[in-house]
Amino acid sequence: MIKLNVNHILYLVQAAEWTVLLSLIAFAGGSVVGLMLALLRVSKIGLMRALASGYIQIVQGTPLLIVLFLSYFGLGILGYKLDPLVAAGLSFTIYAGAFLGEIWRGCIEAVPRTQWEASDCLGLNRFQQYVYVILPQAVRLAIPPTVGFMVQIVKNTSLASVIGFVELARAGQIVNNSTFEPFAIFTVVAIIYFALCYPLSVAARALERKAHVGR
Amino acid sequence: MSYQFDFSFLADRWPDFVAGAWLTIQLTVVSIALGLAVGTVCALVRVYGRALPRRLVGFYVELIRNTPLLIQIFIVYFGLSSLGLKLSAEVSAVIALVVNMGAYTTEIMRAGIQSIQRTQLEAADCLGLTRLQTILHIVLLPAMERVYPALSSQFVLLMLASSITSTISTEELTATANLVQSDTYRSFEVYIVVALVYLGLSALYRFAFWLIGLLLFARKRKLGTAL
Repeated sequence: MIKLNVNHILYLVQAAEWTVLLSLIAFAGGSVVGLMLALLRVSKIGLMRALASGYIQIVQGTPLLIVLFLSYFGLGILGYKLDPLVAAGLSFTIYAGAFLGEIWRGCIEAVPRTQWEASDCLGLNRFQQYVYVILPQAVRLAIPPTVGFMVQIVKNTSLASVIGFVELARAGQIVNNSTFEPFAIFTVVAIIYFALCYPLSVAARALERKAHVGR
Repeated sequence: MSYQFDFSFLADRWPDFVAGAWLTIQLTVVSIALGLAVGTVCALVRVYGRALPRRLVGFYVELIRNTPLLIQIFIVYFGLSSLGLKLSAEVSAVIALVVNMGAYTTEIMRAGIQSIQRTQLEAADCLGLTRLQTILHIVLLPAMERVYPALSSQFVLLMLASSITSTISTEELTATANLVQSDTYRSFEVYIVVALVYLGLSALYRFAFWLIGLLLFARKRKLGTAL
């Protein structure tokens, strides 16, 4: 039996890079989908609103684990090579999109009605209203909850381990399989996750306070 | 695409899914009840407690909210058993879910408790209510009423998160799915079925919490507004 040593810790830290990468992919993909959903949710067309809200209801009512399995096996059926990174990236895009869409919709709706009316009076069209008036204000409101949600993304990337993607949680299991010191190993893994998430949590809170001071 | 969907496994495996869903319900109802209790006590300590207990609760909340549930489950199940404390998968799952739920509930209930004004406490004092009566009727119930929407979404999220306990072989809904798909090789179909069951469970939980809210907060029902 191999004792837990520095190499194991280094291996875990390396695996944490994959956790970070997957989080970034999730955030990038989720942002694109989320922005689309948020705009659809405040659309003037009822069907668009219904489609977006249906998507959000379904994704928020299904465990992320099941979304992961569905993407992993679903992509397999479509004949793609089963690369866990692709399946995980797809799942997290679907998942983060639904939650970010809902957060950002709230931020768009929180921009006062009078801003819409004023920009209407100035003769801006809907696209111009969004780009020059509504979205810049919504973004300011959106930053604290978005940073807070990034903590959820980082933590949830641990689930990618179940489809064989070697990130921090999977690396912890691999090290455990050779050293059989689960308490020590998973504590180290937890500490690394904490080191990734805690700064984000603190930042989210600080930004929240700052946003409240200004109003 | 030449893939043929085949849901025929449902004909003889549906009792497995029902059993899995039932265990999911049992696990989550127990975890929600205990987690709410832990969270409520911790929130009271966080608001009214002395400096040291308050900091301990703060540490607990930060620790749990900044680490993944999966790792928490591993530490309880594999970690504790390697230290000599052998727990069954179900018990480990409940412990991990309660510890996790407790931290989130603490934060939600804290927000509710902090929204209760001091004058309410002073009024309760003047009316001669005991400390326990004040906490129950003046602080906790109105606090819970104000944060009830956040609480119930957290409960639904916990139900969905309970799927993660399948990784330590708790035979709930997701573990049942893993088992059936390895028997039938109908992975995609199995997970579609289970996704639908989870959607149904989410709807069921939302309805149940709406109903409980209606029963619990009579004032809100009569006046149509929260306090």
